[in-house]
Amino acid sequence: MYQFTIEPLFGSAGWQLAGYNIAFTNSALWMLITAVLLWMFMIGGMKRELVPGRWQMAVESFTGFIDGMLEANIGKAGRKYLPYIFSLFMFILFANLLGLMPFGVVGIHPFTFTSHFTVTGVLALMSFSIVLIVGFAKHGLKFFTLFVPHGTPWPMIPVIFPIELVSFLVRPFSLALRLFVAMMAGHLLLKVLSSFVIDGGNAGLVWGGVVALPAFVLMVGISALEILVAGIQAYVFALLSSLYIADAENLH
Amino acid sequence: MDVEAARMLGAGLAAIGAGLAALGVGNVFAKYLEGALRNPGAADGQQGRLFIGFAAAELLGLLAFVVAMILVFVA
Repeated sequence: MYQFTIEPLFGSAGWQLAGYNIAFTNSALWMLITAVLLWMFMIGGMKRELVPGRWQMAVESFTGFIDGMLEANIGKAGRKYLPYIFSLFMFILFANLLGLMPFGVVGIHPFTFTSHFTVTGVLALMSFSIVLIVGFAKHGLKFFTLFVPHGTPWPMIPVIFPIELVSFLVRPFSLALRLFVAMMAGHLLLKVLSSFVIDGGNAGLVWGGVVALPAFVLMVGISALEILVAGIQAYVFALLSSLYIADAENLH
Repeated sequence: MDVEAARMLGAGLAAIGAGLAALGVGNVFAKYLEGALRNPGAADGQQGRLFIGFAAAELLGLLAFVVAMILVFVA
């Protein structure tokens, strides 16, 4: 499908890294746009005025939101993860919302890079490596007691340990999969509905009234739902990352 | 039945999983709302857990979707 295709914009000829081509693709372009927009959003609200304006209030409500989430899930030690979790949340949120923008009307086709498993996979691996690094640095080999919940009767330990280990190792996979599939499924759904609208409209007045019009109404509703999903998925990614970090930080 | 038809049928059957996940997600929010109406004071503190439950229930539906996609495009 056209909206999911990755095209090299430039640099496809000579740019190599360890034998792999590292052309600047449309995916990279939209990541850059997201980062620049996020940077502009933050710069506009970080003037630290005594009487905050609307912009500063918007930025502060976002930082306060993530700060509160970390405080509730990790505790006092959660403060040092604020930069990471906040960047993660805002980056995913901006990317999801930017991919939904109707810029196609003026000929600029937005590319939702969060609908690609490579991108979300790297984001999830970053969270997972932080969990591993923090866990082993802070607790050493005692980190493995994470896989044996408190009060487990000793005959159950050989059974519980592999189950907990697998559920721990699956985390980055499920984290990445959730965001990627949610974004891709939403865009697919909009694509299918829009093809109903276009084909139904082209098929004449009767089919236009029976198929295209209800499909269009549904599409408006689904678009609103997709905006909600974009926010929820960014929140869930940040929330689960912070929960996993809380596991490593507090060890139950 | 040839393999092509079986793949498509399998992908369609996987869609049942997405529908069942919808039941799960609805259940999560319904129970949360039920509890929140009984004790509105405690509702805000449990919003994180609400979304954890939502994420867990949703993931299983998304897995069904992935199975369908793999059957249609990859297998």
